[in-house]
Amino acid sequence: MEDYIIELRNVYKSFNSQKVLRGCNLKVKRGSTLVVIGRSGCGKSVMLKHIIRLIRPDSGNVFVYGKDIWQLTRKEAQEFHKKINMVFQGGALFDSLTVGENVGFELIEHENMSGDALYERVEEALSLVGLSGIASLMPSELSGGMKKRVALARAICTRPEIILYDEPTTGMDPITADSINELIRGLHDKLKVTSIVVTHDMKSAYKIADRIAMLYQGQIIAEGTPQEIQNTEHPIVYQFINGLSEGPITETVEQFR
Amino acid sequence: MFRKVKNDLFSQFQQFIYFLGGLTNLTFQSIIWIFVPPYSRRRIFEQMHKAGVESLPLVSLIAFFIGVIMAFQISYLMIRFGSEMYIASIVALSIVRELGPVITALVVAGRVGAAITAELGSMQVTEQIDALETLAANPIKYLVVPRLVALAFVLPVLTLYADIVGIFGGWAICVLKLGISSRLYLNITFDSLLFKDLFTGLAKTIFFGMIIALVSCYEAFNVEGGAEGVGKATTRSVVTSFILIIMCDCFFTALFYFIFP
Repeated sequence: MEDYIIELRNVYKSFNSQKVLRGCNLKVKRGSTLVVIGRSGCGKSVMLKHIIRLIRPDSGNVFVYGKDIWQLTRKEAQEFHKKINMVFQGGALFDSLTVGENVGFELIEHENMSGDALYERVEEALSLVGLSGIASLMPSELSGGMKKRVALARAICTRPEIILYDEPTTGMDPITADSINELIRGLHDKLKVTSIVVTHDMKSAYKIADRIAMLYQGQIIAEGTPQEIQNTEHPIVYQFINGLSEGPITETVEQFR
Repeated sequence: MFRKVKNDLFSQFQQFIYFLGGLTNLTFQSIIWIFVPPYSRRRIFEQMHKAGVESLPLVSLIAFFIGVIMAFQISYLMIRFGSEMYIASIVALSIVRELGPVITALVVAGRVGAAITAELGSMQVTEQIDALETLAANPIKYLVVPRLVALAFVLPVLTLYADIVGIFGGWAICVLKLGISSRLYLNITFDSLLFKDLFTGLAKTIFFGMIIALVSCYEAFNVEGGAEGVGKATTRSVVTSFILIIMCDCFFTALFYFIFP
């Protein structure tokens, strides 16, 4: 019996008539980094939101720490959210708060931290993403890439055990993207953080992943180590990782519905 | 043709029931969350300032003009009957019992309710409300409760203020234009007002405030589809608040009519 920290069992979810997840099964080991690849709009973000208890599955179960997350009491759910954080695709910074208040949000709200202790923790998180000294700015004064790095700082500030990343490196210049990859790798190596990263950037996928899974038509169609995925004979995975327009994946988003 | 109308009506009705269900759900959840610690007084005061203090100029302006208009319209009738003495009491009663509460509620629904839906609606489309939840802060506790408490408290206070300004508007016309003595006008005003007039006028505004807060938050949480969705939701929130306020007013007027005959 291996130590799986996150498990999705036969998750189905549709929005209106659009079937997004159709029997999705996934297991993630404690302390490992799983990269989920797949085409845009194939339900990767929806899958992440299932794991962090934002979307309730139509059927099927999501287990985190061995417990069905929709069976938790209100208190347990709050504790659950303290252990797991997510970096949203657009950053999702609170634009009525400063960068510092955003990054230290959980410390201010749940641990009543303030003054120097708070400042230290916020600066520490910001310097990890290479943005120290901007705590007093408002999110509207930042560029898109900077917002995302601040969101990353907010997610790591409370040192959670699980972090979900929704396309952490899209929209960043290659150098910053690589340093973000280094950061994710570092959190994994030093703090034993369990991560799930959604991306289409194959270069960063190979760099940070312990395992790679591909989501296609609402199901995980392949899973393996980066080497296994690179040497795959699965035609769909092969087409995707090599970025070929010819192959079994031909349908457009419209046909997908 | 007939079938299409029937289907349209049916789906409209279905949406309305769905809306009522969602709103009731939000109402109960918010009321529960009011009593769950920790209590954030700072956020409530912030909302009170936004909804109350910043609404004062607009409420003053509109209440004053309503007082002036009422005085003119009523004097037109009363002069014909030769009973100018009644102008003061009719102005006072109509403002305190009905116009003050409803006009204030509609002004706040248009000014504050719309702002709430626009603000929280943009937070919804940029995933900020999802982010709140992932940071272990319940959106209802964090966003809805302060607004609900603030509006339920602020609206009666604003209404009382609007009543005073409205009566002042009536006073200005009667004293300056119709030549009624100032002391006489005020005496008649205070003689005709009973405690129950003031009470029934103010009590219902607590519910108006709750309607505005809950409808505007509900619409914001259900925004779909970016900036256009925020615009639509804002319109819907103001229109729905107006309708519910008038319906609620009708209900309370009938109720008080029988309780305090």
